[in-house]
Amino acid sequence: MLAFRFSAISTAALALALLAAGCGGPAAVKAATLKPEKERKTAPDFALKDADGRVAHLSDYRGKVVLLDFWATWCGPCRIEIPWFMDLQRRDRDRGFEVLGVAMDDEGWEVVKPFVAELGVNYRVLIGNDATTQMYGGVDALPTTFLIDRSGKVAIVHVGLASRKEIEDGVEQLLQSPVPVVSSGAPEPVVSLGAK
Amino acid sequence: MCLSAQSSGHLKVGEPANISAARGSSVEAKIPVTVDAGFHVNSNHPSEDYLIPLSLKWTSLGALEGGEVGYPPSKAEKYDFSEKPLSVFSGSFSLTARFKVAATAPPGPGVATGKLRYQACNSNTCFPPKTVDVNVTYQVQ
Repeated sequence: MLAFRFSAISTAALALALLAAGCGGPAAVKAATLKPEKERKTAPDFALKDADGRVAHLSDYRGKVVLLDFWATWCGPCRIEIPWFMDLQRRDRDRGFEVLGVAMDDEGWEVVKPFVAELGVNYRVLIGNDATTQMYGGVDALPTTFLIDRSGKVAIVHVGLASRKEIEDGVEQLLQSPVPVVSSGAPEPVVSLGAK
Repeated sequence: MCLSAQSSGHLKVGEPANISAARGSSVEAKIPVTVDAGFHVNSNHPSEDYLIPLSLKWTSLGALEGGEVGYPPSKAEKYDFSEKPLSVFSGSFSLTARFKVAATAPPGPGVATGKLRYQACNSNTCFPPKTVDVNVTYQVQ
């Protein structure tokens, strides 16, 4: 059981504030069930290799909205979501959005590379490990998708096959949120998303 | 012959009745398996190449020979994440293992050990493949 289980808390207040301020913009979205900003916790940083052997850190993406997807090739529900994420990557990358896929296949690149090539996955895929999943609360059920705001904080977690609209609305809502002012001070300590 | 119960994740291997057999004879072990309610495991012949099949492999047969595993008929079930029905096992079912007691087997107890690998899902979530120990104890008369 994830101790850091995000409850589905409506951000109606935020949506109302945005609308009242005329910030809905042309792509006003239904308020996704994102966690209120004050209650969000910093997503743990990690160092995982991509298909080219380059190490990716989550912190490399600070300032962007990140969809962090834990998945595996043997996971049917994951295979449903991946094309959605490819569409989002294509649509919103230029707006400061990135998808990171963390593959949990024991066989690693041997099975992941052919899958990624066959599907034409257009976002960065990394090979996960137990240490990383533990930092994220012991991810066991797949898919598990963390939506991370521009400040590097987790706005919502979807465990299992999610609603495409809910994911898209969540991404849109985070993209429309004000860009945070970058602090020149020491970075906020990263906390584990909770042990089991 | 009996099996010690093993559980891992969303699948449990139960205990069958004890069986004993004479040297040179054929014996069959029924291996009861229960999958948690609301979950399924892929059958031994999944309908998609990427799915991980249920598979029992023997790691040590002791005084037994053979060990061919029989699987029950699978169910075709449709899930939200699949365009077509998948070949799965769910609920309670039994595997059968067919052995022959070696002609030179010494009288007395023994154990055959194996690994049952499976991968479980529910209607919208999947769990990593797991392996459960299967221990078949037998008595050679």
